Amino acid sequence: MEAAMGLMRRIHPKQSETALSALLSLLPHHSSDLLSQVDQPLQVLCDLESGKEYILCEYNRDADSYRSPWSNKYYPPLEDALYPSSELRKLEVEANEVFSIYRDQYYEGGISSVYMWEDDNEGFVACFLIKKDGSKTGQGRRGHLQEGAWDAIHVIEVGPEEESIAHYCLTSTIMLSLTTNDESSGTFSLSGSIRRQMNMDLSVADGHLCNMGRMIEEMEGKLRNSLDQVYFGKTKEMVCTLRPPSEVVLRLPTADMP
Amino acid sequence: MAEEECELNEKQKREIAKWFLLNSPAGEIQYIAKDLRSVLNDEKVYNEAASEAFPLYNKSHLIFLELPNRSGDVLVTSYNELEENEFLDPRTALVATVDHVKQVCTDVRPAADEELSSPYIEEFRCALDAEMLKYVAEAYPKGICSVYCVDGKDVEGPGSNFELVVVISAAKNSPQNFCNGSWRSVWNIEFKEDVQMLEVRGKLQVGAHYYEEGNVQLDAKHECKDATIFQAPDDCAISIANIIRHHEAEYLESLEASYSNLPDTTFKDLRRKLPVTRTQFPWHNTLQFSLTRDIQKELGIDK
Repeated sequence: MEAAMGLMRRIHPKQSETALSALLSLLPHHSSDLLSQVDQPLQVLCDLESGKEYILCEYNRDADSYRSPWSNKYYPPLEDALYPSSELRKLEVEANEVFSIYRDQYYEGGISSVYMWEDDNEGFVACFLIKKDGSKTGQGRRGHLQEGAWDAIHVIEVGPEEESIAHYCLTSTIMLSLTTNDESSGTFSLSGSIRRQMNMDLSVADGHLCNMGRMIEEMEGKLRNSLDQVYFGKTKEMVCTLRPPSEVVLRLPTADMP
Repeated sequence: MAEEECELNEKQKREIAKWFLLNSPAGEIQYIAKDLRSVLNDEKVYNEAASEAFPLYNKSHLIFLELPNRSGDVLVTSYNELEENEFLDPRTALVATVDHVKQVCTDVRPAADEELSSPYIEEFRCALDAEMLKYVAEAYPKGICSVYCVDGKDVEGPGSNFELVVVISAAKNSPQNFCNGSWRSVWNIEFKEDVQMLEVRGKLQVGAHYYEEGNVQLDAKHECKDATIFQAPDDCAISIANIIRHHEAEYLESLEASYSNLPDTTFKDLRRKLPVTRTQFPWHNTLQFSLTRDIQKELGIDK
């Protein structure tokens, strides 16, 4: 299993679906571990009732059906399926609406979904998902990207309230890829995935949604910066190490070599 | 993939193993091999896959191996391949025998006359090789290059076209820093006697992988063309080297530009740093939400 994760860390992020498929067929007994630990790009279904799309993940799945956060129904229809309690569902509905606006403000497009369910410790778990296609044929506003995808998965475990304080544990995974392509500079493609965790104890005065939202916003900002500066920055550093820019090279070619 | 619990057959396992090996990032095939063997748990299948995958990987990644006796390095490419494990190094007129899976040079012998280019071609090849050595020494901290004749190596004198290829390969592996990278340049130069022109076509490929608590990879590719007049071997060599130097430097600049565009331009198409309001999202202000929702509905923004 460790070896399998080692492989996943090295294989190109764009090929992670093929790699996971391959590993699942080689290690069928580890399938549940693999599926829960390996990040995969998000899939989407259309909720025919509301006409809106929703994101698929383990947290809204029951058997082979997926529950829509808009209509609260499973597609394909499923009997005796799992649903959040009516109270949690209210919070879920509000979360979807608010998160949708958040998504629009930062992503200028894309699809978002929020799923909640009770857990065994009298708290609950919420999963916030965003999928954005930033390519110029998708929703890339400025048309820079020939191909661009951002998938974000935020899972927050909320502990039971104690003296108006609740414990929040956020695990965030971002998978992204972007490709630019033009005559003069060829194809330039960056892709990657990172996962981080954040734990906070917050007063519930402003409500769970507010607390969770702020954590997610902070985390996304940090991850975006980290990807841009640290991760992509390191690849740039590597390129400049392989072949330093001409300003760095002080020696000029001379004809009189020994 | 099929849902059944049945075992994969050997052929399927071998194909999967080959896929993992062939798709290893530059400099990481040995690590992938190690993990793969563990997952596969079948030495026979692994060895079969490795014997097929490693040669392809090595040639496509333009790996370089140390020649015994410290005579230098030999590049492993499809341009200088004589037999499946034999690779010619024209500079030293040696032929290296290579173990692809272990990625080492196991033996070396002098090249036979028929394996080398004719003296006429060799003049051009050698002059270009000398210029390329100078260029690579100045531009790449650790780069390996070579020049091979890929067409017309037996041409005896003026009157026929021939083709040389320049291969430059640079790699930096820092697994302790979780970072590896490679630069590969292949420049095909067609010497067209009939029109007294040289046509130059370059293919540049750069890759980098950073994987400390994450997994990020760069793939960049570029193709370019140029031409110059057919001259004496030394003058051709200088012209070609200048063309290569110019295009490669330009390409590096455009890579740097792509990187500097990232934070504020390209990345924005995926996610902005901040909303247009330039403030963080007002989570606590539900009234603002209803207002925003109404405005959005009015403007038909909400989809």
